[in-house]
Amino acid sequence: MGPGRTETFPLRTDEDVLRVRQTVRIWMVEQRTFSLVEQTKMVTATSELGRNVVVHGGGGTARLELLSEGGRLGIRVTFQDQGPGIASIEQASRDGFTTGDGLGLGLGGSKRLVDDFEIASEVGKGTRVTITKWK
Amino acid sequence: MTTSRQSRIAEILTRHEKPILEEWLREQLDALTARQDLISESDLRIQSAEFLGLFTSACRAGSLTDITTVEWKPVQDFLAGVSRSRALQGFSPSETATVVFSLKQPLFARLRKELGADAAALADEMWTATVLLDKLGLYTTEVFQKAREEVIKRQQLEMLELSTPVVKLWDGVLAVPLIGTLDSVRTQVVMDNLLQSIVETGSTIAIVDITGVPTVDTLVAQHLLKTVSAARLMGAQCIISGIRPQIAQTIVQLGVEFGDVVTKASLADALAHAFRLIGCTVTRQAPRA
Repeated sequence: MGPGRTETFPLRTDEDVLRVRQTVRIWMVEQRTFSLVEQTKMVTATSELGRNVVVHGGGGTARLELLSEGGRLGIRVTFQDQGPGIASIEQASRDGFTTGDGLGLGLGGSKRLVDDFEIASEVGKGTRVTITKWK
Repeated sequence: MTTSRQSRIAEILTRHEKPILEEWLREQLDALTARQDLISESDLRIQSAEFLGLFTSACRAGSLTDITTVEWKPVQDFLAGVSRSRALQGFSPSETATVVFSLKQPLFARLRKELGADAAALADEMWTATVLLDKLGLYTTEVFQKAREEVIKRQQLEMLELSTPVVKLWDGVLAVPLIGTLDSVRTQVVMDNLLQSIVETGSTIAIVDITGVPTVDTLVAQHLLKTVSAARLMGAQCIISGIRPQIAQTIVQLGVEFGDVVTKASLADALAHAFRLIGCTVTRQAPRA
């Protein structure tokens, strides 16, 4: 299936993260235009942000979309949680900053792995991160 | 809607055990026509006769509305055994529950014959019997599902074991070929196996090969680094090998640093490096004719 395809997945456990990132890989492989490097980058970013939703956001959803814009093909994943939100996105995106016991590279690293990166967060309401990879 | 008067189900079952068994067997065989490969008619006959015997004595001794009482224990145990073995044999849950449900037809037929004149009593008895058999049928499904879950759990454990072998490549050189997803549980198993093998073999070099790990994110990197540090504390040097081009590019952009850990593109490169470290040289000889 081509552009216009969307699917939403729950994100509550590590297995959910695994399923979402596997689906991202399958969708990209099916399009036959994304290189192995592009696939790996997008899958890795999905893994990071998906785990953020599970670990920090207390669970949420991931929405996968295939897009076509101005002749470009793209894959977009939107992560949404109703967790505590991020007080300072600037601080959270800085490499090495972590509230847990991770490496503190997830948010900033994911941003570097994709073409478009959008984040909106409200303390007490939740966080939404959208990443897109274009071909 | 249970009757205040004594139910006659037990008595009818006792008196007509033989014909009920025959009819029930016929029902089951009809339902199982496609499954004769999984269970033979004689096994089915033995199973059915045993169940009917247990069922009849439970009906006689116990309550007909509550199958959790001690009188029903033998029936439950028997059904659990049948259900579990059928789950392993490859029957479906509905086929398994049908064993119980198919007893309704012959039992109801008898009830109708015996109580035909008394419509109210017949309705009461049928209701009691149907609720009772429904409960038992659902019980088989519950056990069936549990048995399947146990199988899945066991397989998961087996996979965990399978995917984390520690192999000795040379005197003093160990390798751990990782395959699949590296989560915390898997990392723990790898670490335990690796550290144990380091002690047992007195190895000084451990190669962790991630050729079979499709996604290396920050969590996987963190797990790898932990394993490397632990091995170092045991006096072994670690080499991470199997870093494919796409993984290398992703790791760099993520910002993960492996510090002073030696990394190699392939297991062969890592082994060559290990040989240099332990002072081994590999020389090619002219092939003998």
